[in-house]
Amino acid sequence: MTAKVELMRVGRRDFVRGATAVAAMAAIISLPGGPAHAERNLQEAMKSVTGDAKPMEGKVSLTLPEIAENGNTVPFSFTVESPMSDTDYVKAVHIFASGNPRPDVASFMFSPASGKAAANSRMRLAKTQDVIAIAQMSDGKLYMAKRTVKVTIGGCGG
Amino acid sequence: MAKPRVKAPDKVKAGEIFEVKTLISHKMETGLRKDSKTGETIPRNIIDSFVAKFNGAQVFAVQSHAAISANPYFAFYMKANKSGELELTWREETGKTWSAKKTITVE
Repeated sequence: MTAKVELMRVGRRDFVRGATAVAAMAAIISLPGGPAHAERNLQEAMKSVTGDAKPMEGKVSLTLPEIAENGNTVPFSFTVESPMSDTDYVKAVHIFASGNPRPDVASFMFSPASGKAAANSRMRLAKTQDVIAIAQMSDGKLYMAKRTVKVTIGGCGG
Repeated sequence: MAKPRVKAPDKVKAGEIFEVKTLISHKMETGLRKDSKTGETIPRNIIDSFVAKFNGAQVFAVQSHAAISANPYFAFYMKANKSGELELTWREETGKTWSAKKTITVE
């Protein structure tokens, strides 16, 4: 009798576990904007800026909060090391949010008259994700920086 | 809707790097939100461009997408060697524009 009860309990648990796994897999497969899809979008968006060149690490410092309570307005700032002279300056800085429905956030364009390749703004983040900044120098070199932001309440409407 | 605000110094020294802070009230509708009553998608309407010119020459610009928060805030740096006028222009996707001007005196 005891043995039978034990068996039944195991059987039910296994069933529940199995069902959860199946449901989870189905959810992953059926999601149109699943992780793989978002990742491809990010690669495409970044490629529109970088072409085939691979950005190097360094020179860019990207500042974002570690935890953003409200994804609707996440302050961000960046600065890029550069003399900002007429012949050696930062042309543009492109910001991407890897986990948003659309990864493009903004492109900031500079000139030698900027004096400093830095800016401040606020962005929307749909969920916890990586934010990427790619700086394009006047000689064509690319540098990038990445920060992970934990988002408590996502901001993209819905 | 859409009233620009600008904060920049009135007087600077030649070649000095100074900060310009800007804000414009605008919903930056993503096109992803739904009206809670009708259930219909609210059409996308965002500011997609911001340009800062000093004495007619572009100093700084932003190409913004829907991921820029409502009431877009942009702060940037610049320097000037002679006095002049800073002209800021925001453009909505619909083609509508707003601008703000500020005279900056180089001492």
